[in-house]
Amino acid sequence: MPKKPVTFMLNGAEQAAFADDGQNLLDLLRRGVGDLAPKYGCGQGGCGACTVLIDGVPHLSCLVLAETVDGRRIETASGLAGARLHPLQEAFMAHFAAQCGYCTPGMLMAAKALLDQNPRPSREEVVEAISGNLCRCTGYEPIIEAILSVANGGARA
Amino acid sequence: MSEGMIEFRKEFFADERDDTLKEIGRPTRRQDILGHVTGRSPFYDDHLFQGLLHMRCARSPHHAARIRRIDTAEAERSPGVVRVLTGRDVPLNLNTLLSLLDFGIDDEPLLSTDRVRYRGEPVAAVIAETEAQARAAAAKVRIEWDPLPHVLDVEEAIRPGAPAVLDVYPGNRFVYHGTYDHQKLRYGDVEAAFRAADHIVEGRYQMSPIEQAPIETCGAIAAPETNDRFVCYTSTQALFFSLATTAKVLQTPSSRLHFIGGTVGGGFGGKVDSVHEPLAVLGAMLTGRPVKFMWDREEEMQVGAPRGAERWYIKDGVMRDGRIVARKFTGYFDSGAYTRLTSYAVIKAVGHLPGPYTIPNVHADVSCVFTNRTPATAMRGFGITGVDFAIEAHMDKVAETVGMNPIDLRILNAYRDGDMKAHRRLAKNCALIECCQVVAEKAGVQLSNASRAASSRQGGGGDRALLPAYTALDQAGRVSGFEGGSYARKAARSRPAPQPVPPAPGPIGRRATTQPPPQSAPQRPRAAEPPPAAAATPPPPPPRQGPIRFSSLSGFRRR
Amino acid sequence: MALHRGRGFAAINYPIGMNLGGDPSQALVHSNPDGKFTVTLSSIDLGQGMKSVTRQIAAETLGIPVEDVYVDTADSDTGPHCMGSFASRGTHRVGNAVIQAAQEARAVMLEAAAEELEVDPGDLVTDGAGNIHVRGAPSRSITTMAACQAAQFRQGRTVSGRGIFLIPLSEVDPDTGEMTPVSCFAHAAMIVEVEVDDETGEVRVTDMKSAYEVGRALNPKLVEQQLRGGAWMGMSHAAWETTEPYYPDRAHGPVDFTSYLMPGPGDIAPHHISILERPAPDGPFGGKGPGEMCANPVLPAVVNAVYDAVGVRIDELPVTPEKVLRGLRAQGGARPRRRL
Repeated sequence: MPKKPVTFMLNGAEQAAFADDGQNLLDLLRRGVGDLAPKYGCGQGGCGACTVLIDGVPHLSCLVLAETVDGRRIETASGLAGARLHPLQEAFMAHFAAQCGYCTPGMLMAAKALLDQNPRPSREEVVEAISGNLCRCTGYEPIIEAILSVANGGARA
Repeated sequence: MSEGMIEFRKEFFADERDDTLKEIGRPTRRQDILGHVTGRSPFYDDHLFQGLLHMRCARSPHHAARIRRIDTAEAERSPGVVRVLTGRDVPLNLNTLLSLLDFGIDDEPLLSTDRVRYRGEPVAAVIAETEAQARAAAAKVRIEWDPLPHVLDVEEAIRPGAPAVLDVYPGNRFVYHGTYDHQKLRYGDVEAAFRAADHIVEGRYQMSPIEQAPIETCGAIAAPETNDRFVCYTSTQALFFSLATTAKVLQTPSSRLHFIGGTVGGGFGGKVDSVHEPLAVLGAMLTGRPVKFMWDREEEMQVGAPRGAERWYIKDGVMRDGRIVARKFTGYFDSGAYTRLTSYAVIKAVGHLPGPYTIPNVHADVSCVFTNRTPATAMRGFGITGVDFAIEAHMDKVAETVGMNPIDLRILNAYRDGDMKAHRRLAKNCALIECCQVVAEKAGVQLSNASRAASSRQGGGGDRALLPAYTALDQAGRVSGFEGGSYARKAARSRPAPQPVPPAPGPIGRRATTQPPPQSAPQRPRAAEPPPAAAATPPPPPPRQGPIRFSSLSGFRRR
Repeated sequence: MALHRGRGFAAINYPIGMNLGGDPSQALVHSNPDGKFTVTLSSIDLGQGMKSVTRQIAAETLGIPVEDVYVDTADSDTGPHCMGSFASRGTHRVGNAVIQAAQEARAVMLEAAAEELEVDPGDLVTDGAGNIHVRGAPSRSITTMAACQAAQFRQGRTVSGRGIFLIPLSEVDPDTGEMTPVSCFAHAAMIVEVEVDDETGEVRVTDMKSAYEVGRALNPKLVEQQLRGGAWMGMSHAAWETTEPYYPDRAHGPVDFTSYLMPGPGDIAPHHISILERPAPDGPFGGKGPGEMCANPVLPAVVNAVYDAVGVRIDELPVTPEKVLRGLRAQGGARPRRRL
């Protein structure tokens, strides 16, 4: 089966990989490129664990055909930290916004996309932004608080 | 504002605590949270392998059916397929999870060969180069089915004439102690107490199955390691349980298995069944390559074991002042098609009755019932969640019947330090009353003076510490054809039927009955032979050796 | 055409650890040459914080800062046996095993320090900040690092320890059900407030007020995580989730999260938690496990609240708009009780 070459930016660095016929982006990122941050939770677009940003917009990578990201700019949780952690990562840690951690990479990307577009969201806007990311552990409240704390420009007790 | 408050009520039980510890009691940041927020926490699937193969199963579409023929030829020819496994590839293709605890009869194949008992039961495992190829090939496994009658309701399943789900339990109920088709709790005399009660309150409660639904589905990746060993990265909640189950089913020494886990994307009880590791390791053994076996979300929901449904009947005898003087339970745990852990959930539930209340007469019959549905397993609150739902819904009916504030009713009946409990052990370290008081205060509910003055540390013991003078016993639900004796030792004698002699009141805490010590697990019925193993002749099961035995529940042997 | 508010109450206890006992866990603790300790387990962290709570337990027992402890789990080649993470056994069983192992390692560390300081080990205390000194004479001290280095390279001691915790297996009487289920219980009580729409049958949980008794909150934030997440799961169990919506009929079983319903971040209710601590005599620093019982009181509290709001008794979970509407129709409309 012929594989298609795909070249894209991943967390600021150029990546090249070969996509199988019908392969989805989640699988390409994890097994093709070795970025294990986005997770498989359902493969049906229902849980958000696979959320990545493509040109700044949240996408469910399990539903994105890998070959279609040629020339695009992809961000995953692996690239959130530079020399220092991203404020969202600091906030999630300070607010105990993760337990098993499996939804966290996708949740962070959804939150980042929101704050990049809307630096001071209301609680309702935060809720809306993460409504596609299922968490089975936390009950969501600590996650909402963590995101709001970044939106309000600092940690909140 | 949707935030909730949290407060620590340190004043309660302060005299029992030393609050001057250094690290204990601090809100220390989690050790693993940096890994979580950077995407570096290593879940089982976060390991890359050269040449990884993918496994997917062909499954039964029927609730119950005989398998006439399994034809894997077309699947084997399907693009990318390396190997197709069936039951005859499994060295010991019959197990029950709690055999590691010497509890129960092996009843479940890893891959079914002659019969299926639930929709979704796996019959063949296809191993291919990609997941898509494995999926396509699994659809090409041709199975000829003879559908059989099935039963889905627990009370229908236990009626005479119901289709037998399992050959080893023809009455569709797990056999306890080789003697009864349910577990009994007998404490005092509920019938006498009902006759003396001012009110009788009855209820029926049903909890449907639910999914553990962790965001990470169950799975394992197994690969040949150095020195003829196999590594298995797994999402299990019980590393050595899964390792020992794999060793048993694959008839391989446990020393040959190297299991790695510990970082799991949610479990909630659904990652104890150890079905992925044996198949993944078997795949790695037979292909010589890494093999990943994972449930997709649809399988996680409809094939993966849920929290089993429970049905509870509760009957209370209540005095007009709100004291509950008798409580009778009939409970049915829906185990689905195989035993797995439900047999044990029943015991846990029985040990929990009648709830955190001191009730002088308690009677329960709780059964593990087999039906033709997905087998059940543990979930958060295992054995307790369903009956507590029933009990606390029932308590509100009692409160309404006697015209009492529901919180006052709880406090009145709550257990206190020193009270005798229905499983014949003294209560200690109680705190139900204080929890009730705090909630009432927060919610602005006015309690009676007696409720506000109550304490877990006062008012218990004394007469409340005594065992009942008389406990009504019975022989209902006796089964025959199951030998007493350990599952591991097949030659023990049957235990004699106990005599229901009203015992003399015993000293506090000691058993007041004069029965012989309980014997061991059920044996398979002597009359029935185990079902024939497979289409081809498998090697005869070797003499029991090797499998790690953790402890023994089987006969609840005397210490 | 109205929204009705109601409140429901429930109170529970919960057995801590595998029923009947017989479920051991082991721990190994050892120091590297620099006085940094590893706790080696085969226990599983499902998110409940196993690695974190055992780290704190080890640090407390060893008398060193938590930063100097790392918990490694789970590898069957290097980790000693653990029965697993279930039945709220982790903190209780594994915690106790860690204490035993850390006590043994601490004793060796103090012997090593005593030899260096030329005092009796019984005269030494740890300050929890990386130092060992003579009780009452803080200037006569040695760092934990130096003590461990001395042990390893001069004295020939292993600063390590082993631990196991096992509650002996209990019998069960076939005729009476007599047994020893567990050695301690956690407790909880809760009031849930709901709002019921008598036109659509929808039930919204609007508030939760709870009290949980957990023995000891070894890490108050980890406990809070469990209680918030667990109460959310309880709410979901009460009024959202089922794998068989028409149980015992298997039709319409959900196969994805579109049909398997759980409350989202917009559905959650404020949850006001009070924590009580009555240490379990055999718990690690008195700790019991909050991980399971946190969900249980919510289920009956919700059905009791629905009854309080509209007078409909729902005895079959989950509560659904269909069940509420059928109940309302059967009784000719909402009959609020408003008892609580």
